[in-house]
Amino acid sequence: MKSIAELEEIRKKTLGQISMRNSDDGMRVVVGMATCGIAAGARPVMNAFLEELNKRNISDVKVIMTGCIGVCRLEPIVEIIDKDGSKVTYVKMTAEKSARIVAEHIVNGRVCVDLTIGAAE
Amino acid sequence: MRDLSLHLMDILQNSIVAKSDRITVKIFADGITDNLEIEIIDNGEGMDKEFLKQVTDPFVTTRTTRKIGLGIPLLKASAQRANGDLIINSSKMDGTCIKANFKISHIDRLPIGDISETLISTIMGSPEIEYELVINNNKEEFRLNTTEIKNKLDGVSITEFAVLTWIKDFINENVKHILGGVLNEVNS
Repeated sequence: MKSIAELEEIRKKTLGQISMRNSDDGMRVVVGMATCGIAAGARPVMNAFLEELNKRNISDVKVIMTGCIGVCRLEPIVEIIDKDGSKVTYVKMTAEKSARIVAEHIVNGRVCVDLTIGAAE
Repeated sequence: MRDLSLHLMDILQNSIVAKSDRITVKIFADGITDNLEIEIIDNGEGMDKEFLKQVTDPFVTTRTTRKIGLGIPLLKASAQRANGDLIINSSKMDGTCIKANFKISHIDRLPIGDISETLISTIMGSPEIEYELVINNNKEEFRLNTTEIKNKLDGVSITEFAVLTWIKDFINENVKHILGGVLNEVNS
């Protein structure tokens, strides 16, 4: 059985890593998590982003939730907001697509044009 | 919704939108009475009587009620399909309590789904809120409180991946322990 005492160890381990990070003004990944998004499968998408970012040791990208973005038929929707505030909207997301977006867009700065709302409409 | 954890996530979003800073989730499963209860209690803005009447009807939704939309009606439908029902108590400034119950053995009862994933996604999205999760099978009880976790972490953010992973495993282990054997979709 796990116990809450194990957190002490995690605390020590992560404290060492935190000092090397500068976290506040990175990219933001915004996942639509209203009824429509959740029903369409936004939760696995959000978790895929978290896992993929952690796998690549990227810590200055924030994954956050928002309500209904307004185009429910294209859910799950993910918006990537760049440091300068420019925004790319990806639609009909899946966990696999999330991995690709982390690799191509977040790491290499190349927008996955075929997954954007512009390509879907 | 495919499972109850997704319903839970949806209702938690309502509590967050209602500016709660403390949300309690109680899952109570009793194999003897064949009853599963999921209760979400928050201390958010709450609803006035007028609003409360409309909230389970998806078609009365107006611009001001849009933040509720289909979430509650869908949960109500899922509960009623499994011989259960949904009760909401709320008053302005006091917060809201939503309770859905299901007949465990009913063929149309949705599976419980991944409670841990719902919790960590919600913590990740709004880490400043205090979450409490209680799982009870009428014999044993599991309790998780994020304030307790934050105190232990002392300075390390609860949204650190390692912490979230730990919370996830911790919940999974206890879901198995408490609900295994009571809900047939959970392997003990």
